[in-house]
Amino acid sequence: MSRDKRIREPMSDTHLLMTITICIFFCMYFLAMAVWGGGFLRWQQVFDMLNNNAALIIVACSLTIVMIGGGIDISVGGVIALVAMSCVVHLNQGGSIFTAALLSLGIGLAFGLVQGYLVAYLEIQPFIITLAGMFFARGMTTIVSLEPQKVAHEGFKTLMNTKVEIPWLGYTAKNGNLIPARMEIGVVVALLIVVLVYFMLRKTRMGRNFYALGGNSQSALMLGINIRRTRMITHLLSSILAGIAGFVFLMHTGAGNATNAAGAEMNAIASSIIGGTLLSGGVGNVIGTFFGVMTLTTIKSIVTVSGLRDPWWQSITTGAMLCFFILLQSVVLSRRSRGKNRKNQREAVK
Amino acid sequence: MEQGTVLTMRGICKSFPGVRALNHVDFSLKKGEIHALMGENGAGKSTLIKVLTGVYSRDEGVIEVEGLSGDVQIRSPQDAQEAGISTVYQEITLCPNLSVAENMFIGRSRGGLVPWKQMENRAGEILSGLGIPARPRQQLGSCSLAVQQMVAIARAVDMECKVLILDEPTSSLDDKEVAMLFGLMRDLKARGVGIIFVTHFLEQVYEVCDRITVLRNGELVGTYETRNLPQVELVSKMMGRELENLSFMEGRKRTGESSSTVFEARDLSSTACPNAFDFHIAKGEVNGFTGLLGSGRSESVRAIFGADRVTGGQTLVDGKPVRIRSPRDAMEQGIAYLPEDRKDDGIIADLSVRDNIILALQVMRGFFHPISDAEAERMAEEFIRTLEIKTASLDTPVRSLSGGNQQKVILARWLLTHPRYLILDEPTRGIDVGTKTEIQKLVLKLADEGMSVTFISSEIEEMLRTCARLIVMRDRRIVGELTGEQLTQESVMRTIAGGESV
Repeated sequence: MSRDKRIREPMSDTHLLMTITICIFFCMYFLAMAVWGGGFLRWQQVFDMLNNNAALIIVACSLTIVMIGGGIDISVGGVIALVAMSCVVHLNQGGSIFTAALLSLGIGLAFGLVQGYLVAYLEIQPFIITLAGMFFARGMTTIVSLEPQKVAHEGFKTLMNTKVEIPWLGYTAKNGNLIPARMEIGVVVALLIVVLVYFMLRKTRMGRNFYALGGNSQSALMLGINIRRTRMITHLLSSILAGIAGFVFLMHTGAGNATNAAGAEMNAIASSIIGGTLLSGGVGNVIGTFFGVMTLTTIKSIVTVSGLRDPWWQSITTGAMLCFFILLQSVVLSRRSRGKNRKNQREAVK
Repeated sequence: MEQGTVLTMRGICKSFPGVRALNHVDFSLKKGEIHALMGENGAGKSTLIKVLTGVYSRDEGVIEVEGLSGDVQIRSPQDAQEAGISTVYQEITLCPNLSVAENMFIGRSRGGLVPWKQMENRAGEILSGLGIPARPRQQLGSCSLAVQQMVAIARAVDMECKVLILDEPTSSLDDKEVAMLFGLMRDLKARGVGIIFVTHFLEQVYEVCDRITVLRNGELVGTYETRNLPQVELVSKMMGRELENLSFMEGRKRTGESSSTVFEARDLSSTACPNAFDFHIAKGEVNGFTGLLGSGRSESVRAIFGADRVTGGQTLVDGKPVRIRSPRDAMEQGIAYLPEDRKDDGIIADLSVRDNIILALQVMRGFFHPISDAEAERMAEEFIRTLEIKTASLDTPVRSLSGGNQQKVILARWLLTHPRYLILDEPTRGIDVGTKTEIQKLVLKLADEGMSVTFISSEIEEMLRTCARLIVMRDRRIVGELTGEQLTQESVMRTIAGGESV
């Protein structure tokens, strides 16, 4: 067998697309460093990007899981808003941080169970179900509180302001003080989730079943996989992660608002796709998704520093980026399959 | 259950809306035997297999498996696997996005983690043990279809199954691969595995099988020892009538030499068919492309039809140069093409029989001139009658028809456009003997009516029966052309195998 290992296999589609994204991210970031310098030269820039997007990273993982399984989940933004609002109200009514965390998980679990059941066992289109879920969650958020609410809970405020300081990645300010790089607790949670989901997708049977389901659900069934349960689990995980994302979101903003995390689901889908997840299922990777979020965020920062401060510029560049990546992916994959056909034809001729 | 029997099915019934697919069918499989399951398309072979593998639930009947007590309930492919029943389907049922090793092991054991190293090592051993040219870490989608099929078999072999079902495993394999597969089957037989072999190839049945069970119209005709059942008798049992004399076709071959050339290609080449070739066909002629799988037969006719991007050459219809750059151009010139892959390129599975039939005509007329319902119904009914398409109604989705009937629907679609030149690419693959003969007869009848037909088939006898001129291809080049006296199996083989062009 050791002989076989030396043969380098061509990369799988998943890894190929992910590698492309990572390369583009680094190129772009280095370009930003070279052209605009300033903030981009400091590590804090990276940490700010993480701090502002911890919740997005988590729901992008949600979407990656569901999309690998060949589905879609657009309720995650609504779940974030509902969780954030519910937690604020709960904390302000004297609840503890622990019960608030349980509440977030509970809301995620409830959404996951209902949506997962409807999609997997009643075989309704996931787009429709999660669209309903999105409206439902947004509506519930306003029922919980019509007015925006700020967290008044002291313990939670301390948690919000607790930052992980990394001195060796800091910079020296003009007055000579060392300012360490700061990272919020939410980022730690998000990174931990990325690692866990990566492990789950790569190493566990359940994770591999997701790929099989998305690759060809009929085959997956014939291979002896319980596709209904597997599909249910993708939605369950997605919604639970969205619940956690809601809590992390609250740790960053400290306020509940009915319009919280508006469009988060779309950003999460965009990040997953940029990170190499195919909407058609079976291909994708959370490391890629993580870099997808970072790529999207870097683009937005670049747009801002280059003087285009109006918000629509960010949307326009996001749209352009998405187009660019999808084009790139389809070109890469179609070239690949054409190469394969040629190779097989050569073999057949032999 | 009798001693030495691994599987007994008794009184199996299964109905679908409007169709009784299985009617009290009995079947039994002995340890270490290869048992052929035969029948025409729609006879209920697939349904019986699917009942056994848990894809369909049975309405009535008992299934007993060796080592398990009483009636075994099989509700899902998973249950079937656990009962020791493995299946390799005609269509590849693996996941192209996963690696070869994963495809061999996924879904087979419970438990948390995937032991990648162990799995890949084991996969490597099995693959090299069976002589399958695939690497464990290779993405399955990058293997050829034949290799994917072998991987599916390797998976089934490794499952220590008691019953192995091979559902048309040979239809996408070439002779060498078939021989390899048969070797494998005999190996397994020696190990005591009972094998159910579903195929259309009669020769293959007689080569490997011990017993034959014949189904017809969802009913059991009988189970026979292979050596006691002559081939002709088997065919007549499958068809339920004496086999018609095939010699009706002899002496009716038309070379069309006397009549005018309908279509001509000069130095034609396309992206898929880089070597330029010349080709012509006369009015009322039936000719054929022959050669091994992958020798460029399909690519050549696809170039004629404009289905791949044409890169050079000239096409003439009735001696006048015309531009054929897309299937639409070809259709306007009265050329029709029945593609090789009926599942992907041919039928639209969810549309009704009627809509599938009128599709090409609708495209020809343009979408601003819709075909009225009454007209569509009339046309569809006419073809269902003349081609004897077995369907519950005009509105039945094509997906629920059997393979042979799907093929007839596509044929009807093209005949409706009244083509002058019809290209049939493997129209008889995966189709039972009866329908095959019908299609061959139809081809000759159409030619008599003045239509030019190009026929492609992997079965040389069939080509010899229908074609007046055979164009032989090898390595994507035309290496010979046979007519008249040269049309014998031997000379075709010799030309394919190489050496001198005739």
